[in-house]
Amino acid sequence: MKGKFGLSLLMALCLGLCGGLGVVYAGEGVEGSAKADRLDACVAPTAFMRRNHFELIEHQRHITVHEGIRKTDNSLAGCIDCHVRRDAQGSPVPVNAPGEFCAACHEYAGASLDCFTCHATKPTGN
Amino acid sequence: MSQPTDQPSNTGRREFLAGATGVAAATVVAPGVFLQSVANAAPRDTAVSSDVRYGMLIDTSKCADGCNDCVTACDKENGLDMLVKPEGADDELWDMQRPRWIRTVKLRNNLTGHVSTLPMMCQHCEHPPCVDVCPTGASFRRADGIVMVDRHTCIGCRYCMMACPYNARSFIHEAVQFKLTATPRGKGCVESCNLCVQRRDNGGTTTACQDACKQGAIVFGDLKDPNSAVSQAMSKYPTVQIRADLKLNTGVRYTDV
Amino acid sequence: MKKIHYREWGIDSPRYWGLLAVLAAIVAVGGFATLYMEHEGHWVTGMTNQVVWGTPHVFAIFLIVAASGALNVASIGSVFGQKMYKPLARLSGLMAITLLVGGLIVLVLDLGQPTRLIVAMTTYNFKSIFAWNIYLYVGFLAIVAVYLFTMMERKANPYSHGVGVVAFVWRLALTTGTGSIFGFLVARQGYDAAIMAPMFIIMSFAYGLALYLLVLMFAFNTDERPLGDVLLRRLKNLLGVFVAAIFYFTLVYHLTNLYGTENHEFEAFILRDGGVYTWTFWLGWVLLGMLVPMGILFHPALGMQRGAIVIAALLVVIGGLSAIYVIVIGGQAFPLSMFPGYTVLESGYYDGVGGLARHYAPALPEVLLGLGGFALALLATFVAVRILQFLPASLADEVLDPHKAN
Repeated sequence: MKGKFGLSLLMALCLGLCGGLGVVYAGEGVEGSAKADRLDACVAPTAFMRRNHFELIEHQRHITVHEGIRKTDNSLAGCIDCHVRRDAQGSPVPVNAPGEFCAACHEYAGASLDCFTCHATKPTGN
Repeated sequence: MSQPTDQPSNTGRREFLAGATGVAAATVVAPGVFLQSVANAAPRDTAVSSDVRYGMLIDTSKCADGCNDCVTACDKENGLDMLVKPEGADDELWDMQRPRWIRTVKLRNNLTGHVSTLPMMCQHCEHPPCVDVCPTGASFRRADGIVMVDRHTCIGCRYCMMACPYNARSFIHEAVQFKLTATPRGKGCVESCNLCVQRRDNGGTTTACQDACKQGAIVFGDLKDPNSAVSQAMSKYPTVQIRADLKLNTGVRYTDV
Repeated sequence: MKKIHYREWGIDSPRYWGLLAVLAAIVAVGGFATLYMEHEGHWVTGMTNQVVWGTPHVFAIFLIVAASGALNVASIGSVFGQKMYKPLARLSGLMAITLLVGGLIVLVLDLGQPTRLIVAMTTYNFKSIFAWNIYLYVGFLAIVAVYLFTMMERKANPYSHGVGVVAFVWRLALTTGTGSIFGFLVARQGYDAAIMAPMFIIMSFAYGLALYLLVLMFAFNTDERPLGDVLLRRLKNLLGVFVAAIFYFTLVYHLTNLYGTENHEFEAFILRDGGVYTWTFWLGWVLLGMLVPMGILFHPALGMQRGAIVIAALLVVIGGLSAIYVIVIGGQAFPLSMFPGYTVLESGYYDGVGGLARHYAPALPEVLLGLGGFALALLATFVAVRILQFLPASLADEVLDPHKAN
């Protein structure tokens, strides 16, 4: 345990560098394999979604948790279900894996993502 | 008259919404007045109301000694079985740190020597101490009586765990790698039994523990509906609350303790 | 009283920077321990789902309680008009701030989600004493800061008394709030008692004064500033009285508990069968924390020796940590009385099978975090007295009270 403590001190130091630590990555997502790729638009025009998706998710999150309203059009689960890509074998690739839908943009924008500390990163069926 | 609640605005969205448009079983008796059949509706898009109060009756006499089926079913339903013991963690200590939403307890009456077994979980109090003490309001009671934690505002102070008389709450002591869509879970927040809230919101009528109990010791339902199975059973048998002295008016009741 | 001159703490640079380096090192180790705990999660600590508050909370609560007590010295001077205490007020206010900050940082860093502090500051449940405490703590820092300003800025001096009264009332509310964190927990046998709040207030008097005395004597001794016997005698007598008051409250707390049958098992646990908690109670809280210090402080010869006073103050601190340990951890280790009249034979989740205590053993990082908070409070104190005029140039008897000297 003592040795592990020292090691983890080092790990803790580079905590900021490796946000996705501990996630097992499957293969790379195949271009065009997400449901969203086959649709014209998201639940709102793309330009609006790029800027305001979090407000939509945040509003939905509150009514889901507190009022039990689980419409999926603004829910994170809905986002993931539609935007998750599949690898060559057809299994879903986590949306926060490097280069995938959520991570690609958030890395570019330098915004940190706290959703996936708790939320599943690919559809689990229930 | 039934009506779909969402009108897809374009064909592109139709596929997306297909899974979402639960058809609400709303009955219009007069303009603006809706009668909802609570148990059978698919209320994905309606706010929970205080017209229902979810609760449970546990018939202790039916609870079989040595049976752990409700616990296993709960673990599976709520993704607790997906948790991995952290590398290097002490087995005994980890067992005290891992989350449990339901557990079985075996008791002996000190006076009579009578032995009984029962499942313990969040008792879904009407006046929950965990809600009173929570500094941010993350621990809350839904209109339908379910006591749960909003992880988005939980800061992990564990004051609710100090306040709970039933040891019903668990703190997530490690980073969680595998989780279900319906039961988010992450390091540093508190959680507890939420009466399978995902089933509630999707119109389900049972809980995982109830489904798993071969003895039929667990009856779940709406305490405010006099015709529900749980209300019927409660009116027939004498029931007790655990720690009734605290006057919390628990939603989970027991018989034959 | 002669005019009091204040001077920056003037010990030579090597000693000063050496002291800072040592304290900074302890703070750094505590910081690393925190990063480790936050990165891994709480599984690396001894805290569990049964004993949910551990060693960090013991240190944090001790420091917070001591902070409000440290302000007492200033209150005695400005609220109760004891002239002799007035020169002591600046350091008193300073330590109230530094100790509170040290304690709060430990408390915050132990949260499961310390980065969500902003949530705690913006989302409130006003039924929670915790939420009130956030206001009480922040308000205390602000009021004491203003209080210090009125003392140190000549133009603001006339307001010093008024602000001092506000600060005194506020500190009573603050400690009541801290004590009530436990007093409001109806579920736990050891906590559900209204006496917790006044007991915490009297504890704060003693622990705050003990830390104050230690810092004052250390700062004056190392800087070779005179510290008169008359003042020291007053302060150590006051400490003795406060410790005696804790003794009284401890006695009443346990006697009332012993009167009610429902608390007999809890009392047997703390007083007789609780293993480490029983030892900590009798040895730490009672013997080292109260009886020995009272013996020293009220002893006609020993009580006037400075070394003995230092030892007594140190013991009060150790006794304080022991007392909080017994209250916080012992109170949780004692199983919840979920099924009165029944014995738990088996449990899937540690419901006190056979009435046995729940397990807790502090892990190293927890202790390091707590010590880090302590060191941070001292570090901030010593930096402040070095750069600003907190310490009187002299507290010699003839300066404080020319008539009574000799």
